[in-house]
Amino acid sequence: MSQVMIKDDVPKTELLTSGHLACPGCGAPLAMRLVLKALGPRTMVALPACCWSIIAGPYPQSSLKVPLYHTAFETGAALASGMKAALDIRGQSDVNVMAWAGDGGTFDIGIQALSGAAERNEDILYVCYDNEAYMNTGIQRSSSTPWGAWTTTTPVRHPENHPKKDMLAILAAHGIPYAATASVAYPTDLLAKVEKAKSIRGTKFLHILSPCPPGWKCADEDAIYLARAAVRTRVFPLMEVENGTRWRFTVEHPGDPVGPYLRKQGRFRHLTDQDVERIQADLDARWAILEQRVAYGT
Amino acid sequence: MKKVIVGNHAVAKGAQLARVEVISAYPITPQTQIVEELSELCADGKLAAKFIKVESEHSAMAACIGASAVGARAFTATSAQGLALMHELLHWAAGGRHPVVMADVNRAMAPGWSIWTDQNDSLSQRDTGWIQLYCETNQEVLDTTIQAFKLAETVDLPVMVILDAFFLSHTSEPVDIPEQDLVDGFLPRREARLKLDVDDPRAFGALARPDVYMEMRLRQQEAMEEARRVMVEVDAEWKQLTGRGYGPIECYRTEDAKLLLVTSGTMTSTARFVVNELRDRDEKVGLVKVKMFRPFPTDDLRRVLAGVPRVAVLDRNISPGHGGIFAEEIRSALYDLPPAERPPLHGYVLGLGGRDVTPEVIRDVVVRSLESPAASEREDLWVGVNS
Repeated sequence: MSQVMIKDDVPKTELLTSGHLACPGCGAPLAMRLVLKALGPRTMVALPACCWSIIAGPYPQSSLKVPLYHTAFETGAALASGMKAALDIRGQSDVNVMAWAGDGGTFDIGIQALSGAAERNEDILYVCYDNEAYMNTGIQRSSSTPWGAWTTTTPVRHPENHPKKDMLAILAAHGIPYAATASVAYPTDLLAKVEKAKSIRGTKFLHILSPCPPGWKCADEDAIYLARAAVRTRVFPLMEVENGTRWRFTVEHPGDPVGPYLRKQGRFRHLTDQDVERIQADLDARWAILEQRVAYGT
Repeated sequence: MKKVIVGNHAVAKGAQLARVEVISAYPITPQTQIVEELSELCADGKLAAKFIKVESEHSAMAACIGASAVGARAFTATSAQGLALMHELLHWAAGGRHPVVMADVNRAMAPGWSIWTDQNDSLSQRDTGWIQLYCETNQEVLDTTIQAFKLAETVDLPVMVILDAFFLSHTSEPVDIPEQDLVDGFLPRREARLKLDVDDPRAFGALARPDVYMEMRLRQQEAMEEARRVMVEVDAEWKQLTGRGYGPIECYRTEDAKLLLVTSGTMTSTARFVVNELRDRDEKVGLVKVKMFRPFPTDDLRRVLAGVPRVAVLDRNISPGHGGIFAEEIRSALYDLPPAERPPLHGYVLGLGGRDVTPEVIRDVVVRSLESPAASEREDLWVGVNS
């Protein structure tokens, strides 16, 4: 349960170049950088529409030193399935295929193809870097947007009124060999999970919380603080699930009060104290469910 | 070796002989037999291919694109609603220059639900950048499926092999099945010019700003132009090996014709029958079959139709608010012929949703075309419609 990053643990390989086009403070390039460090150069990326379609750079540039295919919004898992099949038939089964999608491309428009690939247990790693809204199109709500949040389609007079979809449980319910959450504020944990995923055949799902300063309306320099606070407050617990049944927490979650996490983000500025209390109560109830999953494996 | 097989199995046999490497498909009537047959061939080890049983046609095409981008030979098959669901990815396959081959069993679009043939499904995909080849017989289906891979991989464009629902897909005909060695010699293993490769990493399909996008589309258009030539070459090479060739268009008893019928798909065979009847009575009626719809065989059609007293185009499709699609395309192709050579052209819409195009229907077309005033008629006539 190490939360301390030891410099020597991090592979030196850099497969993300400088000059990428992410906003200051964005969690997405950091997530990609860490994941590729663990996967290594024998990796191909299927990239459906998301912020990373821009971050990767326009034609003829690429900020990745691995092959990258920009694909349609809802096709990450299906395209990756085809890539893997072709690599297998051409005798290159050692090459990792990774689908890399945002929360819109995973929770919403891409969930059908993802469910199909997971059910077939395709030998791919599917990573969702989750910034909790359609940030690339200008901050519209997705089914990953948390209750109470402002977005441009959930204005402050009518903020998001549904809880965030539980993607980890949905993927776990497919019975895939490995599903996990991770955070850019916990690089050692993240790297260990990618290493583990890399060693497993079948569908691996990794859900990474990725702060978005323009969308969350927070300071650039608060991004990592918020990513860490999301874990400490149990807003985004770090877990892994093997074969859909063995659930476990992978770091300590001290259960810090959620108020300060919310108050540092402009997207929650309109919330009343009662709203914050409700969010805390929902978190506590949800934590009890997760503890049961860990204890009883369902 | 001659075997009596249905059109769907002719497609499957063609794909097997082409040694496809990745198949990704979703069931839809009347295409399903194609992928049933292929999944069995894969399961029995008679075809060394990966078969991905996806959850939708949209994912079927996405997986084919992924496989093709890695350099494998990819294949799928669909019909009607399935093809419409793929629409976005059809642009992706063509714009990304992936030589995917797909069989489309022409089926009418819903509503109302129809499983029977017409061409509105494939013709709705006209502008996606796919080469479209329409077939008349099961033999042509098998030959075209094999040729399609060579054509696709030569010009880096996807090819749609199109056959009529039931009239071909579920109808048994004798088909000469070539030996594997012959096909291997004609169609070697695919060697992609550009592919996803960990030893030569590149990004495909990245953001294309206004300063580069247009050139990408121009290259695509140039590849389509090249496809006109390559289609003829590939077909000629196949003819040398098997004795069977088809051409972008086929002229049948067109000499001295006072009326030429223009058809595609299985109604061509019915039209041949009617033309034979009429020629037996010394009525100078001939037939032009259009096999290749994209790229459009503009020059071939101009050459054949210029100066003909009358032309009747039979469309098993309709572009609502305009007319029969082949008729409109042919009118456009003939527009800048000198006025004296530009034939009066009559368009007929018929056979929608699987309605039979019988010899009576085609005789009716002939009579109407010969009796109507010589001036070109802009309005397409609907034939065989209940009053």
